[in-house]
Order: sequence, then structure tokens, then C-alpha cells
Amino acid sequence: MRVLVTGGRGLIGEATVRELTRRGHEVTSFQRHHADHPDAVRQVLGDVTDPAAVTAAMSGQEAVVHSAAVVDMFGEWDAFERVNVGGTRTVLDAASAAGVERFVLISSPSVAHYGSPLVGADAGDADPSRTRGHYSTSKAMAERLVLSTPAHMSVLALRPHLVWGPGDTQLAGRIIERARSGRLFLIDGGAALIDTLYVDNAATAIAQGVERCHLPQLDHRALVVTNGEPRTVRELMSRMAVAGGAPVPTRSVPFAVARRAGAVAERAWRVSGASGEPPITEFLAEQLATAHWFDQREVRELLDWQPEISLDEGFARLAESCCTAP
Amino acid sequence: MITSLAAQRPPADLPGLDPSWSRLITSADSTGAERTWHMLDSFADRTDTPRVTLLCVHGNPTWSYLWREVLSSAPDDVRVIAVDQLDMGFSERTGVRRTLGDRVEDLDRLTHSLGLTGPVITVAHDWGGPVSMGWVLRNRDLVIGSALMNTALAQPTDDRPPVLISMARLGPLRSLVTERTPIFTTSPSVLAGSKVTADERAAYSAPYATAERRRAVEQFVADIPLEGDHPSGPVLDAIAEGVRTLNTPVLLLWGADDPVFSDRYLRDLEGRLPHAQVHRYDGAGHLTIEEADGIVDDLMLWVDDVAGGNAMVVDDAPVVDASRESLLGPFSLRDNDVPPGTAIVEPDGSGWRRVSWRQLDRVVCQLSSALQAEGVRAGDRVAVLVRPSAELVGLAYALWSLGASIVVVDHTLGVRGMGRALRSADPAYVVTIPRGRVPLKMGRVRARVIAWGDLKKRAKQADCSGWNGAATPDPGAEALVAFTSGATGPAKGVVYTYDRIARTRDLLRDHYDLGSADGLIAAFPPWMLLGPALGLPSILPRMDLGDPGSLTAVALAEAAGELPGTVLWASPAALRGVLSTAESLTSSDRAALSSIRLALGAGAPISRDLLSRLMSLLPRASVRTPYGMTEVLPVAEADATEILTAGRGDGVLVGTPLPGVQVMISAVDHVGNAVGEPTSEKGVLGEVLISATHGKSHYDRRWATERRASRTPGFHRTGDLGHLDSQGRLWIEGRLAHVITTANGPIGPVGIEEAVQELPFVRQAAAVGVGPVGDQQVVVIITSDVLPSGLASLEVIDAVRAVAGIPVAAVLVRRDLPVDIRHRSKIDRTALAAEADRRLRGQG
Repeated sequence: MRVLVTGGRGLIGEATVRELTRRGHEVTSFQRHHADHPDAVRQVLGDVTDPAAVTAAMSGQEAVVHSAAVVDMFGEWDAFERVNVGGTRTVLDAASAAGVERFVLISSPSVAHYGSPLVGADAGDADPSRTRGHYSTSKAMAERLVLSTPAHMSVLALRPHLVWGPGDTQLAGRIIERARSGRLFLIDGGAALIDTLYVDNAATAIAQGVERCHLPQLDHRALVVTNGEPRTVRELMSRMAVAGGAPVPTRSVPFAVARRAGAVAERAWRVSGASGEPPITEFLAEQLATAHWFDQREVRELLDWQPEISLDEGFARLAESCCTAP
Repeated sequence: MITSLAAQRPPADLPGLDPSWSRLITSADSTGAERTWHMLDSFADRTDTPRVTLLCVHGNPTWSYLWREVLSSAPDDVRVIAVDQLDMGFSERTGVRRTLGDRVEDLDRLTHSLGLTGPVITVAHDWGGPVSMGWVLRNRDLVIGSALMNTALAQPTDDRPPVLISMARLGPLRSLVTERTPIFTTSPSVLAGSKVTADERAAYSAPYATAERRRAVEQFVADIPLEGDHPSGPVLDAIAEGVRTLNTPVLLLWGADDPVFSDRYLRDLEGRLPHAQVHRYDGAGHLTIEEADGIVDDLMLWVDDVAGGNAMVVDDAPVVDASRESLLGPFSLRDNDVPPGTAIVEPDGSGWRRVSWRQLDRVVCQLSSALQAEGVRAGDRVAVLVRPSAELVGLAYALWSLGASIVVVDHTLGVRGMGRALRSADPAYVVTIPRGRVPLKMGRVRARVIAWGDLKKRAKQADCSGWNGAATPDPGAEALVAFTSGATGPAKGVVYTYDRIARTRDLLRDHYDLGSADGLIAAFPPWMLLGPALGLPSILPRMDLGDPGSLTAVALAEAAGELPGTVLWASPAALRGVLSTAESLTSSDRAALSSIRLALGAGAPISRDLLSRLMSLLPRASVRTPYGMTEVLPVAEADATEILTAGRGDGVLVGTPLPGVQVMISAVDHVGNAVGEPTSEKGVLGEVLISATHGKSHYDRRWATERRASRTPGFHRTGDLGHLDSQGRLWIEGRLAHVITTANGPIGPVGIEEAVQELPFVRQAAAVGVGPVGDQQVVVIITSDVLPSGLASLEVIDAVRAVAGIPVAAVLVRRDLPVDIRHRSKIDRTALAAEADRRLRGQG
């Protein structure tokens, strides 16, 4: 199949490009900067908010994996809106115009997480009016957009949950960096049970999604994808810290304090116009203090997929990549 | 001034009430005037013929809203009609004062207008009871069964009317409470406490918003014939007497903690309706259907039985072997035939007191004579709150010699639990030491109290010169009500007949080859009661009988040497006590212990470590672990050597079924329900089913529990979880209620716990599931002497996962685990699971 992957330089995008190529698909990777892909992968440089560039990349494609997005805990709404909502519309429109038959959106479980604990939960419907934080709201709007596509195109929203692995600068990378500098705190002892997904498993799940999203039971569905091995926040952070050769976190702050600190930090960052992200945001505090793990039975059956890499294997690989890297 | 108000439909947004059920029906009332009723009808928009119709009548001051869950839970072919009595609920306010007789007539005319045909099952609560039963007596041809919840058909002659009702009836107060203020109309739902939400409470009050609308409530209260000369008295009497002639099934569903219709009204109804099935709900009050857990399911189960013609009657007249040796053992013999020698040895100061068979026989005779003088007769239930002693054994056999039934409530239930248990068994008499009066008082037990000290004094004066041995009681009669430990739910009364106890005795005697050379060491006091029935001497070791763990190795050796004792029956806690004090044994103590040939550790599983230490402490003893429960004991048995050889498996090896006992498994499905047909296939995880002739007769006043436990014909469903191995041996994996339903299928907790407990830093372990049924994650909770409480460290998690054998999401360390008091080993996994769930949800 000829598949266009947007955001091909991101953690998920890159792994997806690799997996689809391994499976013999003809992959075009679309991203702003040149990526370190195998030679067989055609690379098109451009921005998803640029209709002309997207249309050019879309030509001749049979399927699209749209993973390009602004993934930040913090920032102005405009950026989220422009890239995550506007970009998705642009890619979706271009796909429709080009007669693409399959469209897999990389969404996020946070599109249906409204702050209360999710325990063995189903995916739930995305509702931008109830989401927490700009990122989630923009992704919820994007998902609604995609799932409201008329039946001429098979669409599937996959919501990989907290993807991590070697080369991950978002989750594992930050935790390791903070653990190394002694700035890693737990919230409420880190007891909340959460799901994550090792990056290679995300890639195989997405590849299955591309290959199966035309099936009636998958078409126009939204599925959360996880390793199916929920762990406490404390264990996850500790494992990642250990993989990075850093000490495990031992200090903890109460949830109420963390949330308030997040709110204060966000305001301070905004007022001062400081660059980068604040160390804690309200959303992050909430995420780290609230269980969210999901029922994977139906997902695995529908995708005909099992995560091949266990968390333990994933942590070992993370340690390897981390400590052999220069 | 009496005004009339039209009937109306209830507001559309009352919680749990489907507006499509509401109907307004016009029918002539008892005066012939046309009146409009409001009623709920699950067939409001249907014309097909139901399999059965439930006719539900509410009491005062509720309305048909009471029955909403019956309507929503009824199967499709069961029609539920719930009326609002005239002047009540949303029915017409007629302005006419209605008596009980009027109300029966009103209802009768309504059902004729409705064209109600049979079969009908009536369901009623509170003062709906007399109206409903009055209707039943007029419509016997339609009625196939009647369920009643906390009601009365008569004022029991032995006592005063309900205090709350009497107060509400006092002239001016009546009007104030029932009419001018909404106190009475809101009281039932307020009494129901937290089981009724604020919205539901408001719904109960909805039709009684104004004094005008409450008028009938006052009239209803005024019409309660508590005095002999009340105009409604004769009508009520006729109904109360009339029901004695009913032969259709009756189910009494009773809130045990009703301040209005307390247990004595239940006793009255049981007297009028001896064939009634009874389920008493601990902790439920007057608003039975709101407060009793699972009551609607229970009702529906019974409705299905009745409609199908299968209403189960506890039939306890199975083949009774009349030739079986009397349970009364030597005491049934003529004086001259009573064997010589010692019956019981008990500690006496620093020495021992030996009671011969002849002495004990005399005690039995004297106590039975004194009990008879107190009024105790065959068939009476007599609770015994007396410390274990030779005299207690005498008391037990004295009661059996009279054909009475002994209610045994042990102190491990706690004072509250004892009170509850006693009240549920409703004994006619209680023989008690002074301390026993506390639970009696707390439990508001209405038995006649006989002071143990006084009874003994009077017994001494009895003349037993002409005693020719105790008569043999009817083998099919009730002999014992024992209570489950309450570790796995509220303590349940378990009824044994004389024959069933005798069968248990025979099984023990045959299986353990108990003969005249044996002596019983009763470290588990109930064992002492069986001594005389077996014709064997027994000894009470020197220990605090209230604390099984207080048994020391030296005390055990002393007892073994004194009797001499050959057979030890002890709880795991007592055995732990013995092993932890073994170092203080002298060589002569050790020699005394070598007289023990058989050591039985029963009540709860015993660890392999404990077993091997026990084997070296008791070198000549065969160490065994009989498996069973209050409902049937013993069921299966394993030898310590066999257990040690088998090693660790999925669960605890409890062994091979005893001769005459069949054990089968009913497989659990992915959501944890035991739905499988009984199988003996190896490796199937499911509920343990037992077929045996020596088990309980039935659960006492717990119809639905009994119905479910015996729903597989010929078997008792134990609620235990386990599997059979290739050699037909039973492994217990926990309680059915504790099954962990993972996405990969159901798992029993014990296998994981056994594995984790082998880790050096783990004292005890529990495995529970968190998350939704069918998609649970396993959480292991451990106690440790060396680890801090809270989330386990990575090293500990790794060690637990390495041995657990299945994926474990999280490991928590706790100071200790909640266990039952009786055995100190049954882990309350339900509480642990709830705690783990709370913890792992996050956000405090």
C-alpha cells in the first residue's frame, strides 16, 4: 500500500514509518525537517498547515497516517488550533480530494479524559467542551473532524497512551533528565495506576490499523491503544530513571499542592513570557495523580494485535539506548 | 373538613420511576362510588397474557413508588401491578374515612374492574399486609403465592404495640405527626437512612405535600386496631385467623432492624404460616425493599419458583437411619450400663478435675430436670452462652436429652455479632453466664434468660434416682443452630438435625478409626461436645479458651500426658501458639506429646512450614488438615506428608474427599460467576460443590441464601473457589467472591499468595483485583517485618513478579492484613480490594 505518514520525524511517526516499510508498504514521510529514515522511504518536507505542500505529498497515496501535531503541556491556544485542528483539516481535505481510501488519525486518550480516574475504561467519546488543557481540546476537535468524515473514506482514530521508548524526548527523556538533576517529584506518592505504550508496539498497532481500518468493525471508530500493563506512576518514573542511570524519585508532594503549583507556574510563564514549558502545569499534575488505564480486550481483537514488547523489555531497551548514546 | 381531590399522575422525573407505568383507573369503591386510582402497571401498554401477575400493595405512608424496582426487574412475562391505595399516593382523595374492611373491598373491586385473572402473587409491605392478605382470602382461586415484608396481621399477645405507632396514635399527637406536619410521611424513608437518596426521599413525600393530601395517612394510623375494641379489630382478626388456612407458598422478607415491626411480629407470622419461607435481612430496617441488599433479586427468584410450581420447601425428612446409635452416647444408657472411667478432664486451679461418665451422666440428668422445670421442651431453641467446661458438655447433652435445639454463638463474632446472631435464631431460652447478658441486651434478644449459676444450683437439688437414661430424640428434629464465622459475609445460622450430627460423628469415628483407646484433646472446644457422642474421654488443655493462640506447647504436653490424649483437634492459631513456644518443652514433655497419634488442624489452611514443624514436634502423629465449613465438616482431607510432597500449586491442597463425600466444580466464567455444570474434570477453576449426607439441613431464616446454595440439586454450593487435580484432590484457591477476573480469564488469589509468601521478606500476602469485572488487574498486598508500608520498591516488585506467575500491576506493603477473628487467617480480600482500588485511582 502507498502510505503517507505525517509527522514522520516524531517518536510515533518515525516508528510507524519504519514498521510500515518493514511490512513492505511504500511509505512517504511528510515532515518539516529531514528525518533519519531508511533510504527506501520517500521524504517530503513541508508543514501540515500548508495546503499546497500537503496536496503535493498526497498525490497517489492510498492511506494516510496523520500523526503530525503540537504535543505540549503548555502554550497558546492559537498554535494548537492552527496545527492540530487546522492541520488535520488540511490533511483530511487533501486526502479526500486525492481519493485516499484509508485515514488513520493518531489521537490521544486525553480527548475523553475529563479529570476523573479512568479505571479499566473504554475509549469514550471525544468531547472538546470537557477536555483538560489546550492540547487535549485541540486533539478532541481533530478527532471529531476525522470521525465525521463521510463513508467514502475509512477512518480510524487510534489513541496511543503515553508512548515512550528510546529516542523519546517527551516522556522518558524528561523524566530521566529531571531525575538526573534531582527535580523529579511524585504526586501523592505516585500511586495512580496508568497505562503506557512502548513505541514499537504503537507502530505495530498503527500498521495494523492501516491494514484493517476498512473493516466495518473498525471504520469510524476511536480506540485507545496501550501495552495493557498498567503501572503506578511511581514505578514508571522509577523504571525510567533507572534506565537513564538516575536515582529513583523519592520525594512526593500532595496533589492539591502540585495542582496549585502548576497553576501558579503557568501564570508566571505566561506573564513573564519565559521560553519553554513550566516544570509543572495543572494538567500534568492531574495526569500524574489520576489513574487512567483502559480495557484492551476489544482493541486487541479488532486490530488483531498484541504488544510484542513488554514493559520490562522496553525498559531494558531504554537503558541500552540511553547508556550507549554519546 | 374533609375534601376530595382528584387522582393524578406522579411527576415525570422521580428517580427510578418510568412514567409509562402510570395508569389512572376508575372503579367503584366499597361504598359503590366511582373512584380513580393511580397505579403502576408494567403491562400498561400491553394486551398479552402474563405468566403471572404480581399485585403489590404498599403500606402507610408510602405509595406504589415503593415497588419501582420490582417493576423494573420483573422478567418480560411477569406483570407487576402496584396500586396507590385510595386516599394515598396519587390516588383520589375521596374525603371518606376508610377502615381496613373498606380497603380490602376497595382493592377487590379494583381488581375486578381490571379484569385481573390468575395466577396472581401478592406482595405487600407494612399495613399493606392486612389489606393484601384480606384480598388473598377473597381471591384464593387466583392466588398462587404471597410475599410479605415487615408487616403484622395481629398484635402479638405477649407484648405492647410498636412504640412508634403507639406514639403516633395518641390523639392530638397523631394529628400533629401524621397530618399537620409531614413527619410521618417522611419517616419511613428517613428511617431507611443512607440507603435512600435525597431524591428518592423526596419522591416518597411527593404525594403527601399538603395536610389535605396527608389526611388518609392520619386515618390509616387511626384505623390500626391495636385495642381490643377497635372497629377494625374483628376484620383484622378474621384475616389473621384466615391465613392459617392458606396452603399456597408464602415468603416473609424481613428487615431485621425494624423499630416498627420487630422480630416478634415475624415470630407471630411464622406461627400463623408455619409453611412460610423466611429470609431475614441483617441491617435492614422498616423500609425493607429499600434497605435489604438483593431483596428484589430474592423476590424474583421466589416468584419464578412459585410460578413454575417449584417453590422449594425445606424438606428435612430424608432417609433417617433409625438404627443409628443415639447422639446421646453413654447418657442414653441405663444407670448400671454407664461405663466406668473418665469422661472429661478439665483444668482445676493448678491441678486437674476428672469427671467420670457416671458423674457426667448425673449432671445430664440433673440439668435436664432443672431445664424441664424452667419450661424447656422438645423443639425449643435454647441458646447457650457458657464457657467450655465439663458442665457445659453436661448442659448440651441435657438439652439434647429433652429434644431441644442448641443455639451456639461463639464470642469471635463480637458482642454485636453475637447479639445479631442470637436475635436471628430467636431462641425461646438462653442459658447464660452474667457476661452473656451484654450481647443479649445489645441484640435485643427476646428469649427467656436462665442464669447458668441458678440453673446449676437448682439442678443439684434434682432427684435423679429413677433416671433411666435419656430418651432418644427424633432423628429428624432440629438439634443445633451453629453460626458461620462471618468472615465471608454476615454470620449465617446453620441448622443441623440430630441425625445429621450423628452422621458427622460416624464419619469422624470411621475415618479416624476412633476407638476406646483414644482420648481427645479439645484445643478447639466444640470438639469436646463430640466426645460423649463418640463415647471417648476428652480433655480441655490449660489455655484461654477465648484465645486459641494462647495454647502453649507445655500446656499441650501436659494435657496429652494427663488424659492421655491421642487425638488433637486444634485451629491453626492454636498450632502456631504451640510451635512458637516449643523451645520451653522438657524431654518429659516431648515424651508426653508422643502419645498423640493424630493431629487435626482445621478451620483454615495451615502453611507447609507450620506443617513440617508440627510433624517434627509430634513425631508419632499423623498430621492432617480436614477441610470443611460450618455447613459441612469434614469434606476432604490431606495428610501433611502429602501436602509437603505436592509442594506449591495453584492454591492450598486440602486433599481427597472423604468416603461418601463427592466434590465437584462449577466453572467460573470471565466475569466471575460460577455458571458451569458440576464437573470433576481436572484443572477447572470454579466454585466447590459438595454432596454429602452429614452436612447442614438448611440455613436458618435465610431462604434466598439456602435457595442459592442448594440450587444445584444434591449439592451444597460452598462459595469456595478451587479446582481438582489429576488425582481427584481438591485445591482451594480462595473464595468465589474473591476471584480476580482478568482480561485473560479468572484467577484464584491463593496460588499467587502462596507463591509470594515464600519470599523471605514477606510475612503474609493477599492478591486482589482492581478495575472493572472482566478486565481486572492483579494487585498484591504484602505484610513484612522489614519493609515500610506503602508502594513497594522496584526490588520488591521485581521479586513478587518473579514468583507470582501472572502479571501483577502493583505491589502494596501493609502493616497487617484484615483477617477474621475466629480463625485469624481468613483474609478480608474484599476490603483489601476496595482499599487498593481507592489507592491506585489516585487523587487522594
